This record gives sequence, C-alpha cells and structure tokens, in this order.
Amino acid sequence: MNIEDNILELKHISKYYPGVTALQDVSLSVRRGEIHALIGENGAGKSTLIKTCSGAIAPSEGEIVINGKSFRRMTPKVSEENGIGVIYQEFNLVGDLTVAENIFLGRAIRKGIMVDFKAMERQAQGILDSLRMKISPSALVRDLSVGYQQMVEIAKAMSQNAQVLIMDEPSAPLTNAEVESMFAVVDLLKEKGVTIIYISHRLEEIFRLSDRITVLRDGQYIVTLDTKHSSEEELIRYMVGRQLQEVYPKRDPGCVQDEVVFEADMVCGNGDTNISLQIHKGEVLGLGGLVGAGRTEFAEMVFGARKKTSGKFFFKGKEIHPRTPKEAIAAGIGLVPEDRKAKGALLGLSIQENINMPVYHRISKGAVIDYKKARNTAQQYKEELSIKTPSVGQMVKNLSGGNQQKVILAKWLAAESELLIFDEPTRGIDVGAKQEIYTLINTLVEQGKAILMISSEMEELMGMSDRIIVLAEGCVSGEIARPEFDQETIMKLASKERKDG
Amino acid sequence: MKANKVLDTVKSRIIYIFLLVMILFFSAASSNFLTVRNLMNVVKQVAIYGIASVGMTYVILLGGIDLSIGSIISLINIVAAYAMVNLGMNPLLVVLLSLLISTAIGFMNGIVISQLRMPELIVTFAAQTIFAGLAYIICNGTPISRFPDSFLVIGQGYVGPIPIPVVIMVIIFAIGWFISEKTYFGRYFYALGGNEEAAQLSGINVKKVKCLVYSLSGLFAGIAGLVMLARANTGQPNAGVGYEFDVITCVVLGGVSTTGGSGKMSNVIAGVMIIGVLQNGMVLLDVSSYAQMVVKGVILLIAVGADCVQKYRLQEVKKAAE
Repeated sequence: MNIEDNILELKHISKYYPGVTALQDVSLSVRRGEIHALIGENGAGKSTLIKTCSGAIAPSEGEIVINGKSFRRMTPKVSEENGIGVIYQEFNLVGDLTVAENIFLGRAIRKGIMVDFKAMERQAQGILDSLRMKISPSALVRDLSVGYQQMVEIAKAMSQNAQVLIMDEPSAPLTNAEVESMFAVVDLLKEKGVTIIYISHRLEEIFRLSDRITVLRDGQYIVTLDTKHSSEEELIRYMVGRQLQEVYPKRDPGCVQDEVVFEADMVCGNGDTNISLQIHKGEVLGLGGLVGAGRTEFAEMVFGARKKTSGKFFFKGKEIHPRTPKEAIAAGIGLVPEDRKAKGALLGLSIQENINMPVYHRISKGAVIDYKKARNTAQQYKEELSIKTPSVGQMVKNLSGGNQQKVILAKWLAAESELLIFDEPTRGIDVGAKQEIYTLINTLVEQGKAILMISSEMEELMGMSDRIIVLAEGCVSGEIARPEFDQETIMKLASKERKDG
Repeated sequence: MKANKVLDTVKSRIIYIFLLVMILFFSAASSNFLTVRNLMNVVKQVAIYGIASVGMTYVILLGGIDLSIGSIISLINIVAAYAMVNLGMNPLLVVLLSLLISTAIGFMNGIVISQLRMPELIVTFAAQTIFAGLAYIICNGTPISRFPDSFLVIGQGYVGPIPIPVVIMVIIFAIGWFISEKTYFGRYFYALGGNEEAAQLSGINVKKVKCLVYSLSGLFAGIAGLVMLARANTGQPNAGVGYEFDVITCVVLGGVSTTGGSGKMSNVIAGVMIIGVLQNGMVLLDVSSYAQMVVKGVILLIAVGADCVQKYRLQEVKKAAE
C-alpha cells in the first residue's frame, strides 16, 4: 500500500540511442511539496531524465505517472497541461518583447484581434507580486539581468499553474547575489506548495535547499537519501562509486621528461582567472572539472582562438602571444576540439585536404600546391594512424567518428605540433576506436610530444593522465599527482565553489 | 565499383548533359541554331558573363554574394572611356588603371565584410548603389564613345576565326580553374565555405581570404567591363545594370552551392553556356524578351531547388543512419 503522496512518479524509464544507453531502468518518486534534488556527474542522465518529464524526448521504455494519471510518453503540451514547468539552462524568452508578453507568450490576452496589453500587464504584475519579484511587466526582457530573466521564466511557469517546477542547474549562470534571490523564490514556491526538482552539481546548494536527494550515475538510479541524514562525503561516494572498468594501454612511465614545453602563468580571460600550469615533454596533463568549469575556454586561449586579458604563455621557454590559431599552429600547438563536426574536421573535403590544410602554404611552390607531397603526407599518416579508408581522397564526412578524430590528429602531426590539446578526445567514439586513440596518445608522448587532455570522463582522465589539474568555475582548484589519483578527491575539487564575491 | 564510379562522374557532370539536351532541343526547333557561325555567336555573347562568373564563383564558394559587380562593370566602362577620350590616356595604361580600381573596390567590399562583420548582401548592395551613382557623376549621365583602335581590339578583334573576347574568357576560366584547384589559397575557399570555424582552427586567416576573394571578384568584373566597353565602342553609365543577377544565375546553374563550400569551376563553364544557348535559342524561336526573363527565372529556381532537395535528402538519409 502506498501511503506516500507522490505527485510525480517515474517507473522503469529507459532511453536508448543507437550504441548508447542514456537511461537504464530509472525509477523515481517525487513527493508533493518537497524540494527534490537530482545529482550526478556529467553524463549521468539528469538532463535526459527531465526531458522525458517535459516531453522533449520520448522514453524507450517505462511509465510516467503524474497525479495518479499514467502516461507512456509526454509531449510538451501534455506536460504543461499536467502542471509540469521546466526552467532550462538556456532560457526560452524573447528578448525584444516585454516581461508581460513573455509570461503570456502564445497565450496573449486579447480583445478581438487586438492584444489587451493593459489586462496582460495587470495580470503579469499580479503574478510577479505574488512571487515577490520586483520586475516591471512592461520592461523589455533584453534589458533585464540574467537573474531577473530567470525569474521571468519562473513567473511564466507559475502563470501556467505549474505544480512541479523542474530547475536545471539554475544557479550556474547567476552571480552570488542573484543566487540568494533565487533561493528566496524557491523557498517561497515551496511555501506555496509547489513541488521542485532541483538539479545542481553544487553540493552546498543542495544541502541548503533540498528535502531529499536522488543520485544518478551512468544513466542508472543509485539511491535516494534524506538530506538531513546525509553528508557531502556520502553523496560524493555515491556519485563516483564505480569500479574502473576500462583497461588503459600501458605506457613507458619514464617518458615524462624534465623539459617544460608549455607554461601558463596567471592567465586570465575568456571566463578563466589566474590559471597557471606547466606541461612537460612526454607528459599527458589531464584537465578535469565539470562542464562549464572553463577548460575548453582555457584551451581556446592557448590556441589563439580567444583573447586572454592578462597573464603569460611560454612555449619552450619563450613567451608567445598567439592571437590567431594560425599563430599558435606556427608556434607548434595543435587543438583537437570537442565538437569534431562543427570545429575540427572539414567534412566536405577529402582526408588528404584536411591533413594538409594547415601546412598547405609550407608545401607550396609559390602559390601552387605540391600535390605529390600532399599525397605522400596524407598516405604516411593514413598508415601511421591506421585511418580506415579505401583512399585518402575519401571525404571526411564518410568516415566514422574515430577515424575523423584520427584525421584531425594527423593534421597536427603533419604541422609538426609539439603541444597537442585534446578536448574530450573520445566523445561519441565507439569502444574499439577509443582504445586506438589511447594507444595513439601513448605513442605520441613516447615520441616526446606534450599533451593537454581535457576530459569529463573520470576513468579516462585517471587512466591516461600523468598528472591532473582540476578547474572549478574558471579557477584551478587543485593538482593531483598520479599516485594520489582518486575519484572522490577529483570530484570534491571539481565541485568546489568560488569563495570570492 | 566501376559502375559506381561512372555513375558518380555522370552525377557530377549532370549539368553538361543538361546543356547537351538544350543544344539538341534548339537544333531540332530551329535550323539556324546548329551552325558554326551561330555557335560562335553564342560563345561571344556569353564571354562577358563568363569572365565575371569566375570571381562570383569564388564568392559563392565562400557562402557569400557580390551584388556590386554590375556597378563595377558600369563604373569601369565610364572610367576607362573618360580616361581615353577626355584625358587622352594611353589604352594600356587605362586598362591597368581600370583593373586597379575594380580590384580596389572589391578589396574594400572584402575589408568591410571581414573586419566589420557586416552581411555580404548589404555591403555589396550598398557598393552597387554607390558605384552606379559614381559612374553617372563622372560622365554626367551621357555616354562616351570613339576609342582608339588599339583598345577596340579587345572586344572586336579575332585570333584566326575566334573572337578575342572568347579567347579572354577561355584564359580567365583557365586561370580561375588553376587558382581554385592548384593553389593553396584556392583550397582555402573551399575550407572556409564549408566550415568557417573549422577552417580558422586549421590555421587559415579567414579575413585575409575573404578580402582576397572579393578583390578577385572586383578584378574579374573589371576585365568584363573592359571587354564590354571595347565591344560596344561606347561607355554607358548603365552598361552593367542587372549583370550581377545573370552572373549569379550562371554560377548557381553551374552547381556552386549557395550555402558555400562546394562547386567546380569546370561546371560553371557549362552554367555560362546554358544561359548563352538559352538566350540565343529563344531569340531564334522568336520568344519575346519578357518571356525570356520568365524562363530564366524559372530555370534558376529549378537549379537551386534541385540542389536544396538533394541536400535535404542527404540529411534525411544521415539522420536515419544515426
């Protein structure tokens, strides 16, 4: 017998994508009027789970029960009608419309064919007042701060009589002062009897706000805890508590040399603050942290794609000022970016052209490309990296993810880069190809290349790095040497909150 | 495997089959069409489009557009005519000066587009208005004529049986093909048009390439303007009006994707020829010039439509595969 009053129940939800299981048999009950925190590492399945509630995606298996009504799948409309509101990280607001228009977007109050602005603003004012939000309904959303925009989103959800409000990392874009105001709104909503599902990776917030906490890991339900009887240590243990499964190819431990290839000294800019680090010849330096911690942003600065505002970069002892990728490449830096298709590979061109693109001007006589050289280079790396293709004339868009990644890598080897930055090197790559990429990384450091590897996969980070530096909120939050590698330590450093204002 | 290869070749050259079908059609419809004299006429008529289309091909490869070339043609008509007739300058000097000016206009387009990140459509549209106005200002609205014979050769002379404008077009296409296929910066056009961000992260100086492409577009428009001037023997301030659209039609018909990144110079030649055959054939069949406009518009729509449908299908196939 069920004596609990559950407003929302997810039963045995699974979501499969070809080759990937995003959610596996997740069951979760949310009690009426509670603040239920959802927590887990990057890729644990939090976002997928809330999207099944909001109707943005359909689960492959399972059942969603709202107020006793059972659904096989939701649609955005059904979800809204049943009182579910979602505040996504990206707001769904129209900047050039007023607050009132945004609150009533698609449901404008009308007199005949005319919009009744007065009535709409009056009603919007009523909603804003009831939530104690000091926002003018006639203000343009564009002119509001991020914190106020978020409040407009909340007001919009409340105007649709949301009974369950799902908040996806609501504190991530906010300043500390704004976070306080947001907490006040959340507390008020709870008083009004609204149920809240609160997703965050900041443990402090979760302990401050929530009644119960559910931990997800690798797409699976792990545990639900009473916040009062739990601790940060316990949570972290549940979040990371997995056995290392993958076997990482061994490499000669003696290949890290004393020579410093790259050094950053108190580098600021692009959202990062005072980042200092050194990478040695033959070393894989892992850069850990949560999504949005400023790791990709740092890589962009090193590669000259974004400007640093202060601090220095040194490459083999000499200071460098890469203002464009071209200059960084000339210095000897290569970037294998996170979003392979959008930023890494030129999909519509051949393997040969992709590999030679950064060095075309070097292998040209005058302006004319030496195609024999280009072909030989491509052929050489095709064999060295065992890129699986009938010919180097093949278009890159026809290759598998792993082979595309190898092509991108080959282009930096052809450009004789000495520092290689890998941003999530194995994302979206199948298991076999992963092993190949790991083996390649080993070969590279054995050849004396220096590698900076950004990875959100804890196992990969620990399996491949010689040393790990963890970033949190744009700052270095800690450095760990290989013997001290430990999931919980890394997780703790990654969830560190910035103490300054 | 081999059959596949043949199929691929046919697919990539389908525009030539289209051209052939059109030639057969007009040959059957009019006995005057398939004569050496008439065919030479067709080629002569398209020479100016052909020359300008080389620059436009690069621009569209980048995913951009250049609406200013009609006005560049007009301006070069007037500037060159004015320099020769009113100032009595040496024709060779005039040619060099004209090309310098047209290249500079293209370069300015490129600078504004790349440095200020303004939309190509607006920048080149503004340039179109500005330089059309300048052409009228210089000549005060009246045509300028009577040029030295040494200049008229460019438009009216022959090498053996072949008109010099056709020779120039062939040379320009050869240069155009060489740049896009054999030089490293030519390959940058494809890289940039395919994916600007990835191109930049591959170490390509995106701004420089854009300036180069718009400069080339100006340069080739300038050459087209000079050939036109020598052929007409009169400098008209409205000589180039509407040319950009005919040239864009040629390039797009030639299979250069308007989203950038794909297209072949060798196919653009066919696109140019189709426009020539179409115009000539319709004149022979006594189709009114108004009806000709309708036909040209419909053909443009079909050409772009075919490209879009094909892309959409490819995407659908990919989605299904994922």
